[in-house]
Amino acid sequence: MKIVVPVKRVVDYNIKPRVKADGSGVETAGVKMSMNPFDEIAVEEAVRLKEKGAATEVVVVSIGVQQAQDTLRTAMAMGADRAILVLAEESPEPLAVAKVLKAIVAKEEPGMVILGKQAIDDDMNATGQMLAGLLGWGQGTFAGKVEVSDGSVRVSREIDGGTEEVSLKLPAVITADLRLNEPRYASLPNIMKARKKPLETLNVADLGVDTTRRLTVVSVAEPAQRAAGVKVGSVAELVEKLRNEAKVI
Amino acid sequence: MTALVLLDHEEGRIRKAALSAVAAATQFGDVHVLVAGNDAVAQAAAKIAGVAKVLHAADARYAHELAEPLAALLVSLAGGYTHIVAAAGAVGKNVLPRAAALLDVQPIPDVVRIVDADTFVRPIYAGNALATVKSSDSKKVLTVRSSAFDAVAAEGGAAAIEVVAPAEDPAVSHFEAVHLSDSERPELESARVVVSGGRGLQSEEKFKILDPLADTLGAAIGASRAAVDSGFVPNDYQVGQTGKIVAPELYMAFGISGAIQHLAGMKDSRVIVAVNKDPEAPIFQVADYGIEGDLFEVIPQLTEALK
Repeated sequence: MKIVVPVKRVVDYNIKPRVKADGSGVETAGVKMSMNPFDEIAVEEAVRLKEKGAATEVVVVSIGVQQAQDTLRTAMAMGADRAILVLAEESPEPLAVAKVLKAIVAKEEPGMVILGKQAIDDDMNATGQMLAGLLGWGQGTFAGKVEVSDGSVRVSREIDGGTEEVSLKLPAVITADLRLNEPRYASLPNIMKARKKPLETLNVADLGVDTTRRLTVVSVAEPAQRAAGVKVGSVAELVEKLRNEAKVI
Repeated sequence: MTALVLLDHEEGRIRKAALSAVAAATQFGDVHVLVAGNDAVAQAAAKIAGVAKVLHAADARYAHELAEPLAALLVSLAGGYTHIVAAAGAVGKNVLPRAAALLDVQPIPDVVRIVDADTFVRPIYAGNALATVKSSDSKKVLTVRSSAFDAVAAEGGAAAIEVVAPAEDPAVSHFEAVHLSDSERPELESARVVVSGGRGLQSEEKFKILDPLADTLGAAIGASRAAVDSGFVPNDYQVGQTGKIVAPELYMAFGISGAIQHLAGMKDSRVIVAVNKDPEAPIFQVADYGIEGDLFEVIPQLTEALK
């Protein structure tokens, strides 16, 4: 079974994002970019499935600007076998991404697609579900555990109040939650080897996908700042303030 | 305009978050709700204030709110509706994007404010920015953040219940089991008071020091990702970008440094209290009241003082 893993290049999670002065978006120029953390978990899971013998090949895909090839190289250094870069505008909408991925799936015919559950820039949490819908495949979202058996996959999903187990017919779409695994670091020799692994570049137009945005960004603003608080010297003072000033207890 | 709300439920009870989704949907016009599952929930849904009609999908295939059959059902019913809405919980986030793709529309997740019928405000970058977006789709599919909309009353309505026929099921998924963590305490996302612990609590054993305090306050217990990853509490306690989003009247953070991913889940609380021994912890920048000190001394003192 081949596994396709879509990965996204996003502003590094350690960077505090700054809203552009003109309110058109968040500053990304000159900012450190990395692989979306949930996608690292997705790559790790695919590589582990290959190491266990449940998968034969891991193909990583990214959709966006030329620099996304760095993200693909990182994924190959973690153990992915080859990569596909689909050149498009920076950060297309999930609907467009899902359509591009559907076209990639038609070409590659994988047994499973593993995505991160959400990207930490647009916080959409939609692409995996949308891809599964377009393909008519089962979806194992927010996966905390994945077990592949003959022709099906059992997924333990993180839900409100606990976990839920579902089994899906293969091929299926999985989205990785934080606790699925601990992604490995790429070693220097593996980073060197990854440079020689194949990276195919396609154009979004060649796939016949219309990427016209359905959502127009009217403005992006900083959230309201909280008024500065005070430090209190004792528990008694805290309780007094909560009772008489904030009136919450 | 008429909106259809997917009303999620657990163990035969409507989730409070679903009542917030109904509140948001009333801004678009008439509200119909879709209940997938048992009869008692449909009966309860008919009593919700502001609901004009209940669509009840009684077929057994919908009992566990699996995404594949449920999204297909939503699509089959979508015709008469301008807006399809759900709470941004595990069910809404799982089902609505799939339905949106089948309807060829871009969903709008986690809405915190409705500007007009096609313009919405939603947080991006872990709540570090608020984006106002305008949808050009003919049908809007959105999930709403329950802490941003006051729930409608669960009683007072008298809607008609209409049983809806099942839609064609892709039959690619099967429910196996559910494991809910038992808790007598209020639900994290709807609690008036939340007491939360972080890595500073040190162990699963020591984390229990929060129990008497939570009991005294009638509070829900939350945790940071660090506390969950260290195994102190199960992961459904997690407050943050990747866990639950809460906005209680009072949020008390013990031994939590205040990483941006945690702040994204709680910074809209009305009053925030932080107890931490590190005076430089970022949590103090959002806290209304802070105590610098050893939480193993502060927590018992606080519990005692509040009794």
